Amino acid sequence: MIEPALELRNLSVAYREAAVLRRVSWAAPASGLTAIVGPNGAGKSTLLKASLGLVPRLTGEALFFGQPLSAVRRRVGYLPQRASVDWEFPATALQVAAMGRYPRAGWFRPLPRAELERARAALAEVGMADFAERQIGQLSGGQQQRVFLARALALEADLYLMDEPFAGVDAATERAIVEVLHRLAREGRAVVAVHHDLATVAEYFTEVCLLNGELVAAGPVATTFTPENLARAYGGRLPMLDRPVPRTEPGAEPAWAAA
Amino acid sequence: MTLFLQLDFAALLAAVMACLACGLLGNLLLLTRQSLLGDAVSHAVLPGLVLGFAVTGTRATLPMVLGAMVAAVAAALLIALVRRLARLEAGAAMGVVFSGFFALGLVMMELTGARAVDLDVDCVLYGQLEALIWPAATGPASLLDPAALAELPVETRILAGVLALVVAGLALLWKELRLVAFDPGFAASIGFAPRRISLVVLVLVSVACVAAFWAVGSILVIAALVAPPAIARLLTDDYRRQFLFSALAALAMGGGGHGAAIGVPALLGLEFGLNAAGMMAVVAALMLAAAWTASPLRRRVNSATASPRDLQPTASIR
Repeated sequence: MIEPALELRNLSVAYREAAVLRRVSWAAPASGLTAIVGPNGAGKSTLLKASLGLVPRLTGEALFFGQPLSAVRRRVGYLPQRASVDWEFPATALQVAAMGRYPRAGWFRPLPRAELERARAALAEVGMADFAERQIGQLSGGQQQRVFLARALALEADLYLMDEPFAGVDAATERAIVEVLHRLAREGRAVVAVHHDLATVAEYFTEVCLLNGELVAAGPVATTFTPENLARAYGGRLPMLDRPVPRTEPGAEPAWAAA
Repeated sequence: MTLFLQLDFAALLAAVMACLACGLLGNLLLLTRQSLLGDAVSHAVLPGLVLGFAVTGTRATLPMVLGAMVAAVAAALLIALVRRLARLEAGAAMGVVFSGFFALGLVMMELTGARAVDLDVDCVLYGQLEALIWPAATGPASLLDPAALAELPVETRILAGVLALVVAGLALLWKELRLVAFDPGFAASIGFAPRRISLVVLVLVSVACVAAFWAVGSILVIAALVAPPAIARLLTDDYRRQFLFSALAALAMGGGGHGAAIGVPALLGLEFGLNAAGMMAVVAALMLAAAWTASPLRRRVNSATASPRDLQPTASIR
């Protein structure tokens, strides 16, 4: 059988006394695009961080392709929230993207030129080739997000954990990110992304995991992303949508899968 | 020339190397917003000094430097531990640990009777740069003579070793340090242990602080850690140049301060010399002002003109 890209078993996380995640058991499919959706404070980012061991787990474990992270680290890529770093840092877009090649270069030596070129190619894929030598503080929010995406792509991972990749980006960047997601899905890679925009869940993703401190529902968008499940995830305070949730027909193929 | 080598060279060398070692490491502190660590370390060494004195019963430099280094490293590790366990922000953890260590040092001073023989407060505050002399120098040839170089004051020789250690550490961990300073979360996710690398930085800072502190005092140590990186930060947005410019600023600060301490009183016809450590801080402050004037306008107004996009709430439905 095909191992799930990410499998959580009984995962619980607490900051101080307050439990953020309670006994989440869930498996992301081995390939394809999965959205993690839920209200603020539902533990979406925490789920990604706890899986990667960036915050301590109270209980449970996370398996990647059926193995602990340390055994398959090269196959797993992380895209942190853009706001998690100081963009005034004296580094260029290329230097940041090149960090995605560090695992290939190893410790204690400068990055080989060939690896730097791979990072440059990753920048080019997200339309940032012309900004390679630009200091990151001089980029717009959307451009900064693309640099982060390029760094993740440079890892050439099979599973990407993305923390709000679409947060605060312009329309052009949103399209660029969607194209990258489609490319990754076509290649049989898996993406698990925290996503805030309920209106685009069905358009961008095929699987969804609804979270509210605990797992509310998970499965294909067509059958799981329903008003009833959303109401449960948001505790009855279903946010007003500026357009109705598109009800995809069960079994309908998303556009990129047909390509 | 011989007179310069005998009376000024060892002090000048110590001043420049102290500023270089601290200034280079200060970049990493500045970029991770931990510049006050030097302040913490310089207070935290007191129990180590007393311990070194109590164990050996003398004020010999080496045991006290070793004691101070042990205390500084212990304080640095404790700060890291307190931050992790108590989830305190860096400034609060440093404040708790260094005031605690300083108080412990005062208590130990009374208990061991070190106070009676006068653990020199002036020396702790301003260093003893003027006391560093090299009587073994007989001329320029002494600079290449191992036997004569071995006669340099122990403070100068310790600083040379520490500077070599700092430069080697920065060179070896160049890309790793940049990665961890910029994005520790991503670093951890790709297996570049940010905690271990941060600890290496903490230990290096502690060692450099103590070595420099002995030569130039606890006040200048803070200036040497903070001023060169701050000057460089005003002048460049390039990571490599940040370190290069801070090294140049450190050189100018060490050499210029030492020169000013001798030159300014002579110029004004004063009867007394000025404190070299103090003049270094003055030179650094003047350079910082000059760098601010020379810095591109963008850097100065940066915070006032944050891109409007950054101020918008994230485009989402909540």
